Amino acid sequence: MSHRVRVNPISCEAHGMCAELLPERVTLDEWGYPVVDETPLHGSQVEHAMRAARACPTFALLVERERERARR
Amino acid sequence: MSGSAPTIAERIPDYEPASAAALPRLLSGIRPRGPLPLDEHVEVHGQLPSAAGRGRRRAREHAGMLIEEIERAGLLGRGGAGFPTATKMRAVAGRRRRAIVVANGAEGEPASLKDRTLLESLPHLVLDGAILAAEAVGADELVVCVCESADTGIGSVAGAIEERAASGERSPALRLAPVPSHYVAGQESALVNYLSGGPAKPTFTPPMPFEQGVRGRPTLVDNVETLAHVALIARHGASWFRELGTPSQPGSALVTLSGAVAHPGVYEIEHGASLSSLVTAAGGATARVRGALLGGYAGSWVSGQLLNGVALSNEHLAPHGASLGAGVVLLLSEQACPVAETARLARWLADQSTRQCGPCVHGLDALAGTIEELAAGIAGARVAQRIDQLASLVARRGACGHPDGALRPILSAVQVFQAEFADHARHGPCAACARPVELPLPERPVSDASNREARR
Repeated sequence: MSHRVRVNPISCEAHGMCAELLPERVTLDEWGYPVVDETPLHGSQVEHAMRAARACPTFALLVERERERARR
Repeated sequence: MSGSAPTIAERIPDYEPASAAALPRLLSGIRPRGPLPLDEHVEVHGQLPSAAGRGRRRAREHAGMLIEEIERAGLLGRGGAGFPTATKMRAVAGRRRRAIVVANGAEGEPASLKDRTLLESLPHLVLDGAILAAEAVGADELVVCVCESADTGIGSVAGAIEERAASGERSPALRLAPVPSHYVAGQESALVNYLSGGPAKPTFTPPMPFEQGVRGRPTLVDNVETLAHVALIARHGASWFRELGTPSQPGSALVTLSGAVAHPGVYEIEHGASLSSLVTAAGGATARVRGALLGGYAGSWVSGQLLNGVALSNEHLAPHGASLGAGVVLLLSEQACPVAETARLARWLADQSTRQCGPCVHGLDALAGTIEELAAGIAGARVAQRIDQLASLVARRGACGHPDGALRPILSAVQVFQAEFADHARHGPCAACARPVELPLPERPVSDASNREARR
């Protein structure tokens, strides 16, 4: 089951923690909001990504399983 | 897509105009003023096809048959996104909890009047479709949303609901909800949010409205024109519906035609009709046409040089990067400056952000500022790259479709009116910049809805 990183753009307040903690997946745009690589995470990155998600002050960084995304 | 592109006239299959008897469908019986009363509505269209009164099980079978019929008809949603209506209904019908149906007549798009026209003039056709949809998905509650600034529409829907109650016509719990008039309020999740007691702003999805909509219940949100088609498909069937339109976009459609045309208003066309036949039906163009904005303020520009070859269906418009959206056709005259108009539109679109998502708030504002500078001739040499960069920072980064929708008219204008944009970037304002503006934005409505011409 593959995982992907996604941002809830409504919750996001551009704290930028995600880019600090997950630079391999997240860069910041010129206003400080995350630009996220949404391709599937490698197995070894999942736990790392989840740590970054837990550290987000507004819980706007999400690590979603494929099944959840299929419903979109 | 500049002037050097060949016209696509030869690529359009021969368009056979629908026989005089085939249209109007939705607009049958429309009066020059005032709503069509229930008894006359029944005279024009016949009784609401029966489903209830035969036991719950039969009613449910009947409801399932309606969804199948709608699927065979190939009805696509008329709110702009063109999603298959039967698919949406099935998703709601398949949920365990009792569903709610929302008839979406919010129509925040300033260049569109077709939903308002339906609600004002033919409210019973919309209510028929909404009631049938509610039965099809097993809903016991039905909310008709009308833009709060559409006084005539609110009055006519309220009157129609009373007429039905008095006639004893079957219906689930039916109520009218005036909804805020801002542009994004009609977005599906914004409407659901509002009807659940929140602000009329989009929410992060999933959950989608069909999963958790109004007050957490599965919710079918359908545009009011879509529901009016449902009312006719239930009466006449899928094959009848497909007698008009194209195989991938069957049926007729309401379009709001405005701009440089003798009789702006709401018209019923069949999908695939040529744009020139529509303009002719509206008394012809009143000026040379520089371009047409198809699909409204979430739609795309097509160059005036190509207009004679344009057919109004998504498959025919795809080569132009355009689609019919919610049926807005706006003709910009040669008198107007497309750069100045785009600068105005870009600013208005930026102002329509509900200010929830950073990329939309900052990106659309920066893009509008860049276009304004370009129009003034002070944007600098790398303005084209800056526009591309901002577009990539805005695209697909909002919770709703507004930022992506806003990019379409802006980016397509930059492409279609390439020469004009290049000229302004170098030399600043042109002679046309000083002329009166043409794109209808709220401070300058497209036309008084009570003066509209609804016909064909």
